[in-house]
Amino acid sequence: MTATVLARPAPLSRGLRFELVKLVSQWRIRLVVLACWIAPGLFVAAVSQQSTLPVDTLFGRWMHATGWAGALVMLGFAGTWALPLLTSLVAGDVFASEDRLGTWRHLLVAVRSPRRIFVAKTLASLTVIVLMVAGLLVSSVAGGLLAVGNQPLAGLDGHLLSTGDTAARVLLAWVCVLAPTLALAAIGLLGSVLLGRSPMGLLLPALVALALQLAQMLPIPVAVRLALPGYAFISWNGLFTEPAQLGPLLIGIAVGLVWAVVATTLAYVLFLRRDFTSVSHDGIGRRAILAGVLPLAGLLVASVVVIGATTGATASGIDQDKVQRSVATAFAHLYRIQTGQLNRPDVTEAQLGATADCNKGGGKLDPEGAGNDWRCVVSWHLPDTPATGQAVYQLDLTPDGRYMADGDGPKEVNGYFLVHTPAGDAPNPLWQFDGNVDLLANEPKG
Amino acid sequence: MDRPLAVRARGITKSFGEVIALDEIDLDVAPGQIHGLVGPNGAGKTTLLGLLLGLAVADGGKLEILGTPIRRALDAPDGVAGFVDGPGLYPSLTARQNLAALATLRGRDARSAGIDEALDQVGLTDVADDRTGGFSLGMRQRLGLAAALLTEPRLLVLDEPSNGLDPIGTRHVHRVLTALAAGGTGIVLSSHRMDDVETLCSEVTILATGRVVFSGPLSKLAAENRELDYRLRTSDPARARTVAEKAPGITVVEDEVVRALVPALDELVTALMRDGIAIRELTPVVSPLEAAFLALTEGSK
Repeated sequence: MTATVLARPAPLSRGLRFELVKLVSQWRIRLVVLACWIAPGLFVAAVSQQSTLPVDTLFGRWMHATGWAGALVMLGFAGTWALPLLTSLVAGDVFASEDRLGTWRHLLVAVRSPRRIFVAKTLASLTVIVLMVAGLLVSSVAGGLLAVGNQPLAGLDGHLLSTGDTAARVLLAWVCVLAPTLALAAIGLLGSVLLGRSPMGLLLPALVALALQLAQMLPIPVAVRLALPGYAFISWNGLFTEPAQLGPLLIGIAVGLVWAVVATTLAYVLFLRRDFTSVSHDGIGRRAILAGVLPLAGLLVASVVVIGATTGATASGIDQDKVQRSVATAFAHLYRIQTGQLNRPDVTEAQLGATADCNKGGGKLDPEGAGNDWRCVVSWHLPDTPATGQAVYQLDLTPDGRYMADGDGPKEVNGYFLVHTPAGDAPNPLWQFDGNVDLLANEPKG
Repeated sequence: MDRPLAVRARGITKSFGEVIALDEIDLDVAPGQIHGLVGPNGAGKTTLLGLLLGLAVADGGKLEILGTPIRRALDAPDGVAGFVDGPGLYPSLTARQNLAALATLRGRDARSAGIDEALDQVGLTDVADDRTGGFSLGMRQRLGLAAALLTEPRLLVLDEPSNGLDPIGTRHVHRVLTALAAGGTGIVLSSHRMDDVETLCSEVTILATGRVVFSGPLSKLAAENRELDYRLRTSDPARARTVAEKAPGITVVEDEVVRALVPALDELVTALMRDGIAIRELTPVVSPLEAAFLALTEGSK
């Protein structure tokens, strides 16, 4: 009797192709991929033509000045809405769809390896998500450059970046947010494996992202803030200061990647433990849901401890000294830009020697932490003038370290008036500006 | 023996938690044989078919598929195809794309994999480029069969393949299965329709609550010595009833229905003729197979 050869599992490349065919054949995936490649460009181009700009979003106020600002506005928007929803749609459904269609047994008989099915599905959803993110980036950059043009961008501390530098940093910022996106995608995979047909599985990444955003709006300690997997959605803006605030960014990326790996591994383990023979399978039992949630809760606690111990950051990360330095730096850079726009003789930041004196709550409160009651008096010198210039700013500082400074006089320095720029009339750059403090920096640099 | 059995199962047991789904199951399926698996809902048919497909491994007993002992889940030999719980189809793909995706997954060129022939055999050529999302259950069943044909199976496992089929669809499926069996493929199919099993299968295994209550040729099942209910219509029902009540070996169940073994029935017919009562109809109330099935499965409950 001749021994029959055992059927070998289908190679991974073919399984991946099979999964991609299934994903791309869905109308909603096609529509969303198409939208990712078209809509941001149209949005950026359209907004750039408006007289009112989305100043609530970081870099929104620079959209008339340079086409690169559009891609960063899009990045802020993507981190809040688009990326959580896209990962929900793709990764949150990639396992659950087989439950919904009742095709698990078919797939298992065809592939003959749950491991390869898992890897193929993970890689397929990763491919589609990366394709969508690439679309958002390319489209918003193209829309901005075509509608506004390739001009230098003023960074978050007001210093002008060359166009080449801007391009590199915009690209890098989008690459950085892949880390939290992957974390959300992995949570989506886990939810999809755990919850089966239940719509909760599909919504999980979006819900987690929403919870993370809410947490970032609360005054939580820096170590906790950085340990949340969505922090890189915020900390990419550290790339647009000089020197770049790499500490929070790198920690945010590392946390995102660790979450991606841990959640994917959990999904893998739970998927392999699943029994496909019993007829009525609808996700996995409550115990397994705990098996998915508890390790992630453990990971969160562990990363808080590790980040707290290594950085020594326990408080809000926002203190008087940091705010003063940040406001003074941004003011000096923007003053120089304003000088150019008003056709006055150039001054350097060093000549200005700008300093800021900030207090909170009219000096009655401890000058520490977030709040909209920060007030700063900026002082500077002009080379040929003995008098010291002074200007007042009201700051609205959020717990994530970002602030919006609103000029409170004198009117001819930081009031609202129009200046002539190559891109047309624009509001006085010193009138209102965005900035941030590095939550981790302990010692004054330089 | 030149060729191994398509299926050789001895003492197969399988439980899910405390529920014993299969209890000491023996099953032999020869190449070229169409073997019917019948039983009430929850008898373990789907579980057994799942084991044959390699979706799971038995807790106990020995299972050989195409001569290869199965020791782990998904360890099935080449040449096993089929489906349990309905065919697996992706509604966003057309019928042809479903088959092509499957052929490519198995490493075959979609153009030369015989997709058109398979679609033609199950009578789906006209809808080959329609999305399967709009297919009826019968069409899905036939497409599932076409998918199995692509692999040129030597053991075909089908779960309720005639569900939802219209008469034309049934004819297509029967033709395909008969041709496969003639080519030496062993086929195991489950059904709850005895007429289906009667037309297609040469052997049948009846499962009830996880146990085999009968296994063998259909003729043996029908001939098992068992009293059956017969409908008896005559020209004079009242007198016929009196005759029947006096006849040995006959039980009158109700008006025009008697229960008897075949020899006693023969005597009753002669007696009625003698009394000048004309017989207009004498038929089993349920088919002998169905009666056997009902008797066996109800007895085990």
